[in-house]
Amino acid sequence: MVPSDLRYTKTHEWVRVEGDVATVGISDHAAGELGDIVFVELPGPGRALEQAAPFGVVESVKAVSELYAPVGGEVIEANAALAAKPELVNADPFGAGWMLRVRIGDPGQVEGLLDAAAYEALVAEG
Amino acid sequence: MTEPSVPLATPLLERHRALGARIVEYAGWLMPVQYAGIMDEHRAVRERAGLFDLGHMGELFVEGPEAGAALAHALVTDPPVLAVGRAHYSMICAPDGGVIDDLIVYRLAEDRFLVVANASNAAIVSDELASRIGGFRSVLDDRALTTGLVAVQGPASAAILGPLTTVDLAGLRYYAIAEGEVAGIPALVARTGYTGEDGFEVFVDTAATISLWDALADAGRPHALVPVGLGARDTLRLEAGMPLYGNELDRGTTPFDAGLGRVVALDREADFVGRAALEAARAAEPTRSLVGLVVHGRGIARHGYPVHAGERRSGVVTSGTMSPTLGVPIAMAYVAPGDAGPGTMLEVEIRGARSAAEVVPLPFYRRPR
Repeated sequence: MVPSDLRYTKTHEWVRVEGDVATVGISDHAAGELGDIVFVELPGPGRALEQAAPFGVVESVKAVSELYAPVGGEVIEANAALAAKPELVNADPFGAGWMLRVRIGDPGQVEGLLDAAAYEALVAEG
Repeated sequence: MTEPSVPLATPLLERHRALGARIVEYAGWLMPVQYAGIMDEHRAVRERAGLFDLGHMGELFVEGPEAGAALAHALVTDPPVLAVGRAHYSMICAPDGGVIDDLIVYRLAEDRFLVVANASNAAIVSDELASRIGGFRSVLDDRALTTGLVAVQGPASAAILGPLTTVDLAGLRYYAIAEGEVAGIPALVARTGYTGEDGFEVFVDTAATISLWDALADAGRPHALVPVGLGARDTLRLEAGMPLYGNELDRGTTPFDAGLGRVVALDREADFVGRAALEAARAAEPTRSLVGLVVHGRGIARHGYPVHAGERRSGVVTSGTMSPTLGVPIAMAYVAPGDAGPGTMLEVEIRGARSAAEVVPLPFYRRPR
């Protein structure tokens, strides 16, 4: 079960929208597929994000994966806790393992994202 | 031989699935890459014990009155120097000195040897050995598909395997092998492995693999033995500074390039395949050196990433990971010989950005004794 109040991308990022601010992370499914996450590389405050463009990198023991922006906008904050504790992404992907807070550029972009049911269906298809 | 298009599977595939393993295709085999997670599996082997399905490895038996001489001709080592019941690390090289595969050779009897090849090279090694030993009174018996191999690795290995086997483990030294039974199953028990820990590799008929696995899993329960996949196998061998074929070794690399020149037995009379080229490689100035790196900057140095010494390109990373034991990113790399001294500060290029990396002696990890 994934949280029903979030929106999702086909590339397994999630967003939680509060006003014009989106909190961004990756799903439990993505974290599980990656395995033990040992390094997260995120953009700093002020950086402009373009929807669907790569914004960072997550490294597990085995592999490197790019992260894709679910919405365009400006980075307000990156989760500083992940520098010392990247394993938070595995332990609590929808909570303490969040990655970015973003000032949303175009709220219409959120509407194009998957809801929880559609994302679960995507994961179930494999 | 060509790679089979339908992947092979060991008899344990359903066991792995039931244990929640993620299965990947590796060297033409469906194998578990991880169960609970690479970090946990890695630590279990360092602290307690891990159970490995290595049914994909290639077991090649060479027998006959000239089996030893045949292998001495085919390989870069001199297997006849092995006492019965002992083993050594070896390689099979091309006439130009390039490494075709790295191997373990076990002497099972005066006229009987077991050569264990990597899964990815098992068919090539089998064909090459068959052709190279043709002139000797010996036969090659390729039992890659009819031999199961299960390893128990970690400090608790002897306590787990001991009660199950007729082999006297206290008398079985590192790099030794003995015939006996494990859980009533006829087996070859070797004190070898690829983890940097004490441990055993148990060879049985493929048909008995499930019984062997189940018996070891049961015996391991009080010791918190866990199944370990290929992911942790790779991080364990990397910490132990052991080469992986395809990363540190390949056809374009000689044993001398890899710092493994001591493996090549040049102080003997008889010729062997690759001898002339390997003598030249020993005499030549090295063009690169295999080193260990600890990355001080951010990110993990992975296979193929460039290594720089200031403005000069020094070499390339062959393997890299986050070391579960040391908690820092480690890597092995080929660098210019002048950059190979421990303490030398280099830079690894990670996705376009440079991270500081210090040359350190190998291995990264040595087990406490």
